[in-house]
Amino acid sequence: MTALADVVAFACLLSGAALCLTAGLGLVRFPDVLSRMHAGTKPQVLGVLLVMVGAAIRLDGWANAWMLLLVAAFQLLTAPVSAHLISRVAYRRRHVRRDLLLVDEYAGTGHQDERYRGDEPGDAPPEDPRPAAGRPG
Amino acid sequence: MTVEPAATRLRHQVPLVAWLVLVWMLLWGTWSWANLLSGLVVALVLLVLLPLPHVVGGTRVRPLALLVFLGHFVADLVVSGAEVAWQALRPGGVRSTAIVQVQLRADSDLLLTMVAEATSLVPGSLVLDLDRERRVMTLHLLPVRDRDDVERKKTHVLVVETRLVRALGSAEDLAALEREEGQVLTS
Repeated sequence: MTALADVVAFACLLSGAALCLTAGLGLVRFPDVLSRMHAGTKPQVLGVLLVMVGAAIRLDGWANAWMLLLVAAFQLLTAPVSAHLISRVAYRRRHVRRDLLLVDEYAGTGHQDERYRGDEPGDAPPEDPRPAAGRPG
Repeated sequence: MTVEPAATRLRHQVPLVAWLVLVWMLLWGTWSWANLLSGLVVALVLLVLLPLPHVVGGTRVRPLALLVFLGHFVADLVVSGAEVAWQALRPGGVRSTAIVQVQLRADSDLLLTMVAEATSLVPGSLVLDLDRERRVMTLHLLPVRDRDDVERKKTHVLVVETRLVRALGSAEDLAALEREEGQVLTS
């Protein structure tokens, strides 16, 4: 019985760690901020959950398991919120690879900066010429 | 800020106190009267020092529908984790993404928050913006194959919303949802 529990625990720990690794790889390999946020939420949350399950099986006693349950719950609650905030700012500041976008139903709703601030990616769409009056240089 | 009757305020604070006490007890890991009492003290002090606006709109928990939602949620979580992991590993990398808007039907702060949270964790979508007034959620989708795939993912968000409203929505939320679904079917 303990042997079986060990195998399950190791499988959970290993696959969880592997998923966290793919999340890290995704952060490096994905093309823009919005895509990177996908890597930072989904495989990472699932990886952490699997590590928690594996640890709960291996650790003795309920005291530790309750704590792991809390970690898992807060992970599920907070990861989407932080990803949302970062993506929102990234969209506003034009850190979006427009050449990869199949559809953009959000464009033209006034949620993007109209002027360049200097740190946009090379393929950001042209600066909106309308508010040019009053701009120095 | 309007002054409301003490009874209403108490009704809104009780779930929050219960949650805080539960977190306190889980952190200690053992059940004892001392933990319960100290948790109560900490929760009350927190509520007095850092008062939160209460959540508007009541909810009703339907256990069976909640189980259905949680089951699908766990399955979605595994699928989306595997899918994004594969996108990160596969040669060639990400080829196309999309930003879409979805018209939601639920009209309560709590339900919309939960839909947004759940949507961020299910396959392929990430919440960019949530317009509370118009109930429009803006999503970033990854990966998308073609326009049909985009439509499929938009429909899936509505399915998640339906499950969630069935599980936790008030009677009015559920009635509104069924009315709108009927309209979609007949139109």
